[in-house]
Amino acid sequence: MNAHAAETSSNGFEPKIVAYVCNWCTYLGADLAGTNRLEYPTNVRIVRLPCTGRIDFNLIVKAFEIGADAVVVSGCHPGDCHYTSGNYHARRRWMLFRELLATLGIDTDRVHFAWISAAEGKKFQQVISEITAKTREMGPYRAYREICEA
Amino acid sequence: MEIGYYPGCALHGSSNDYEMSVRACLSTLGVHLRELDDWICCGATAAHSLNRKLAVALPARNLGLAERDGMDELLAPCPMCSAQLMKARCVLAEDQAFRSEISEIVELKVRGTTRVCNLIQIFQRVGYESIQKIAVQRLEGFRPACYYGCLLTRPPGVVQFDDCEHPSSMETLLKGLGAGPVEWNYKTECCGAGMTMSNESTVLELGHRILSNAAAHGANCMVVACPMCHVNLDMKQSAINQRYSAAHDMVVYYLSDLVGLALGISPDALGIPRHFVVRK
Amino acid sequence: MPRIGVFTCWCGENIARNVDVQSVSEQAAQLPGVRCSQTCKYMCSDPGQKLIRDTIAAEQLDGVVIASCSPHMHLKTFRKAAAQAGLNPYLIEMANIREHCSWVHPDKARATAKAVDLIRMAAAKVRHNRALEPIKVPVTRKALVVGGGVAGIQAALDLADAGIPVALVEREPSIGGKMAGLSETFPTLDCSQCILTPRMVEVAQHPNITLYTCSEVEQVEGYVGNFQVTIRKRARYIDIDKCTGCGQCWNVCPSKKTPSEFDYGMGNRTAIYVPFPQAVPARPVIDRDACLRLTKGRCGLCAKKCQAGAIRFEDQDELVREDVGAVIVATGYQLYEIGRRGEQDRLSGYGEYGYGQYPDVISSLQFERLLSASGPTGGELRRPSDGTIPKTVVFISCVGSRDNAKGMSYCSKICCMVNAKHTMLYKHKVHDGQAHVFYMDIRAGGKNYDEFVRRAIEQDGAHYHRGRVSKITQEDGRLIVRGVDTLAGEPLTIVADLVVLASAMRPAAGVEELAQKVNVGYDEFGFLCESHPKLRPVETNAAGVFVCGACHGPKDIPESVAQASAAAGKVLLMFSRDQLHREPEIAHIQESHCAGCFACRRGCPYHAIDAAEIRDRQGLLVRRVARVNPGLCMGCGTCVALCPSKSADLEGFSEQQVYAMVECLR
Repeated sequence: MNAHAAETSSNGFEPKIVAYVCNWCTYLGADLAGTNRLEYPTNVRIVRLPCTGRIDFNLIVKAFEIGADAVVVSGCHPGDCHYTSGNYHARRRWMLFRELLATLGIDTDRVHFAWISAAEGKKFQQVISEITAKTREMGPYRAYREICEA
Repeated sequence: MEIGYYPGCALHGSSNDYEMSVRACLSTLGVHLRELDDWICCGATAAHSLNRKLAVALPARNLGLAERDGMDELLAPCPMCSAQLMKARCVLAEDQAFRSEISEIVELKVRGTTRVCNLIQIFQRVGYESIQKIAVQRLEGFRPACYYGCLLTRPPGVVQFDDCEHPSSMETLLKGLGAGPVEWNYKTECCGAGMTMSNESTVLELGHRILSNAAAHGANCMVVACPMCHVNLDMKQSAINQRYSAAHDMVVYYLSDLVGLALGISPDALGIPRHFVVRK
Repeated sequence: MPRIGVFTCWCGENIARNVDVQSVSEQAAQLPGVRCSQTCKYMCSDPGQKLIRDTIAAEQLDGVVIASCSPHMHLKTFRKAAAQAGLNPYLIEMANIREHCSWVHPDKARATAKAVDLIRMAAAKVRHNRALEPIKVPVTRKALVVGGGVAGIQAALDLADAGIPVALVEREPSIGGKMAGLSETFPTLDCSQCILTPRMVEVAQHPNITLYTCSEVEQVEGYVGNFQVTIRKRARYIDIDKCTGCGQCWNVCPSKKTPSEFDYGMGNRTAIYVPFPQAVPARPVIDRDACLRLTKGRCGLCAKKCQAGAIRFEDQDELVREDVGAVIVATGYQLYEIGRRGEQDRLSGYGEYGYGQYPDVISSLQFERLLSASGPTGGELRRPSDGTIPKTVVFISCVGSRDNAKGMSYCSKICCMVNAKHTMLYKHKVHDGQAHVFYMDIRAGGKNYDEFVRRAIEQDGAHYHRGRVSKITQEDGRLIVRGVDTLAGEPLTIVADLVVLASAMRPAAGVEELAQKVNVGYDEFGFLCESHPKLRPVETNAAGVFVCGACHGPKDIPESVAQASAAAGKVLLMFSRDQLHREPEIAHIQESHCAGCFACRRGCPYHAIDAAEIRDRQGLLVRRVARVNPGLCMGCGTCVALCPSKSADLEGFSEQQVYAMVECLR
């Protein structure tokens, strides 16, 4: 039994949130939140990738498949990408993929896109706190499990 | 060739000599003018400085009428009118929401399909060479200073006519008809236009500068394609002379006057004797 | 069965305060594939590293997870430790239980649970890590410098002095660029040619520099360290080895009416000519469009006169190949085209100033030639129309700069200083003359720059008017300049003898084509893009290609020179080793799966993907597939996400690794 299961059983609903972040901006933004001791809920699990351009959107589906209640994708601000244009690719792909997810019946309100730079520790804290609160409000993503079972 | 015709208030009022001249000239060239039925004022100077919606709605109604009557092209010999109509057409093309709002206000469907043109563009359409062929008289002895004023070439993005600062289309036309237009500096300066009522002293000062510069460069007459310019340079010439103790004696022709003369139309039919300054 | 070791750090109290390290370590030991789990007060310290090294050896570990701080902090440290213990450094993963856990989660129970999850993810990932070796790319220790202006000269000389062979390519018949045409330079008023020509001669005589004039870069192939460059040497019609530069030829040339490019049309030149007396190489060139022999087949006087027999009317363009390891682009600038109608309105305008119509309205570079001792007037300031000395001169700033309506939005940066310099030089030549400047703002940031402008105003009496000029007309041979003085709040008319327009700086013509050849990005104005505006100012996103001077943005001479030396320094750094070592965490394509759609190639920001041809034994083309150039790939992984057949993958962040991390959160 992993940590989430433990939290769920003792404290009511604790959402499981998977965050795909780029190595150069958002990961460092999260590091800065740490350095500045900015508290936020423990629910998020960060997967470090070199660039948001690396994110194949099947990863989002994968996250829901393992039981995530929300997914965060965050990278450099437009124009700031360490690799010039990866974040633009990610954004463009997401515009298309969102339609597809909606068509599949996936609740796109559970997928969050954010630009968080290496200097924005505070923003990282806020974004994660807000997403956690929102997901808590939305409740567990049972619908996806139902889609899978159907 | 048949073309829609929007005279505007000036050509039906103080500048009816311009209308005479335009009509006489174009009919000789085989251009039939079909006057827009039920046209209204374009808003001219007053509207566009006071109320954006009104400034677009007034010309837009005229554009809507032209579309209703199936006109592809609309001639507005007054540059103030043509500029207002063109500007409205541009604004409506850019903003769809505004277009539907305006259509509702004027109770006409305005799509902006009718093109608007000025007098020189009609001559260009007929073709300078064809005009030369029909011409019966060389304009020998005429050394006009061609005066475009502010609105024939401006705003350049909207009117898209000739070089904004150094236009030459009137010169080319008149040179071909035997006149010797002069190069001068005030081709596109403002004459004061509508200020003629409200701020006469400015108009007199600007008119004095324009007339002086034309004379200094050897012009013996001036050519305009705008009723306001004509009023300020012709009608006001004696007032300018009085104010500045000057002795301007500059005949100011409409472009259609000189083209008409070349085509063999009598000065009377062109309304030339109705100008204030006449050649003795 | 994998043999993974987990090492959890206390970081003193930093981790241990909010995370139960002992419990984490015990839980980690239970994770699949984990052979042993240890803790240490400070894992990055010597004893901590020793613990790791010893355990790797003792337990024969094939994967290591360090649960401590951010990988940005200590990944390199731990990789090094692993390498010392004989374990491939790319078999190390870190779980960030400090920045992402103990420091942000005060609830100890939850923080501890999360720490275990983070280790679980790292352990799941490390099972799929592969041993990687750094990529070694051979380097050709020779550089190409494109553009022989002051920036290109500086870069070439710096490299050549350091012992690096340099090929310097210049489009014009002589090096020297724009600076060679300037009279004097701000803020010291030292003579431009006096400081530049010795440098030009140095270039010509340097044993390490191969100079190509009248030449352009035709094609660039290859990648960092290994570029193959094709240079087109345009026909010069002169054998420059035979030619002695005696000058007999241009003295007899009957075609004398071609406007001199070097004088910006302020003077004329012959068809066979040297652009200016101090040209390097000091050899003439024949203008094929002006030469009577080449256009009409008659004349040939120069050939008769040439005792060295150096004239070659049959000369042809020639293609030369140079193999280089690095490219420095220093192609400089051109001026905004005033008064001319270009394809794009933004690049030309201001008909109201009458440039091109009134001969006495000139650009600031033309004014430089009128001031210059080597110029068409021999340094006497005489205006173009009638050769009289202008008593009133108006200088207009920002012609094309800072003008969204009909120019560029950017500030050209040098014009304020140029104007101040011009008013001073003018006053020094025409003591009873009066200079007027119309300006929008005075921008004189730089060492001794503002003092210089103050001197122009206070000592040399230039009249500065804050406002724009609306129209210039001509009256009795003089120019009527009408504008506004916004500080006085009044319209202002100045009757001038000469008007000088400080027009905007634009990148030199053809720079976009060159940028495409070397895969460097450029902005909407055509200025080349640096890799990072602050930290990588001379690098570009094309590895091995560097920029300096005004091709990168408006710049004055000191800045261009500094940037040129910086670019040369970066090339030297690259050349300081025999091989380039690059991170092996790059993409690769599984060619047996690749369908050859090249979605990856279109998306790759580094142009690192080539089309490779798969051939059968008879050499027949079977199909074309994508292939990653390891010399160029920077490892962003965009291709992985774009590949529809899942043939692209990224070392260090492979599909398997990433999916394993997510899967273990189930």
